[in-house]
Amino acid sequence: MTAEAISEGRTGGDFWDGVRLSMPVVVASAPFAILFGALAVDNGFSVLEAFLMSALIFGGASQMVGIELFGQHVAPWLVVLSIFAVNFRHVLYSAGLGRRIAHWPVLQQALGYFIMTDPQYAVAEARAQSGQPVGFAWYLGLGLPVYVFWVIESGLGAVFGRLIPDTHALGIDFLLPIYFLGLVLGFRKRPLWLPVVLASAIASIIAYGTVGSPWHVSIGAIAGVLLAMILPPHHSGVGKRP
Amino acid sequence: MSTTFWIILAGAVTTYFTRVGGHLVISRFDTIHPRVEAGLNAVPAAVLTTLVAPELLHAGPAEWAALIVTVLVSLRGGLMAMFLAGAAMLILARQFVG
Repeated sequence: MTAEAISEGRTGGDFWDGVRLSMPVVVASAPFAILFGALAVDNGFSVLEAFLMSALIFGGASQMVGIELFGQHVAPWLVVLSIFAVNFRHVLYSAGLGRRIAHWPVLQQALGYFIMTDPQYAVAEARAQSGQPVGFAWYLGLGLPVYVFWVIESGLGAVFGRLIPDTHALGIDFLLPIYFLGLVLGFRKRPLWLPVVLASAIASIIAYGTVGSPWHVSIGAIAGVLLAMILPPHHSGVGKRP
Repeated sequence: MSTTFWIILAGAVTTYFTRVGGHLVISRFDTIHPRVEAGLNAVPAAVLTTLVAPELLHAGPAEWAALIVTVLVSLRGGLMAMFLAGAAMLILARQFVG
């Protein structure tokens, strides 16, 4: 009884630990959710469709690309392919996250992958690296607020989108790069961090200027990952990790 | 059902596939080669960098100031402090240099 109460209390504590970490993500993504809703309606989506897209896809950048192409009357299969291309980086996250959550029941894993986003993966990976377990309660606490706010704010944006004041002065277009830079810097103690960051940065900038968006994400990511694989193992610190 | 609905549904299915796909492929192997593990460890920095780097191409003074403040705060502070300091610098600088 006592042990049960303690373990339950711990699970609740883990959940709220996750919720606390989710707050910067909720703040940083709010303008994009509202913007997405507003743009979706602008590009011919109904409010319900904007809401559904956020609820079912839950991937900000891919949703923006999707409605943009839809608004330009691109063929439907090409819209879907572009959404897939923007989200392709998740394949890499998924391979990494699997090592951390393989001990969960299958249904929890299935849900865990559904709410996996850039920050969700990065924060979970940072926790695993610090030697703490990535439990379902903690992970859900981190992801659920982001999901709930994303979906609700998308709907609000679709309904009230035209009321947003000067988005540029509020810095809304540049909040996510700042947040992502913060995440990148959080991994700076990892072996090979600087070479990987440089390789990915250079490759993604070149790809951005040549092949174009969104392919620069996958190309840049693969460049950094390949570099880490090619360099001799004693540099990468594999096997020395705690 | 409208075309929009089918686009959303197909987009959702392919997106979910990217979210489980990497795990489903990797979990087929009993042991992970050290080089593959080194590659997986590089994933967060590699992918997240690509979401920032191209922004540098059209970053103006306000954006650079925000990024520099973010890096400086990262030397001492946590993620929330970094983000708030960078965002504050950006909003402040944009009042002056648009």
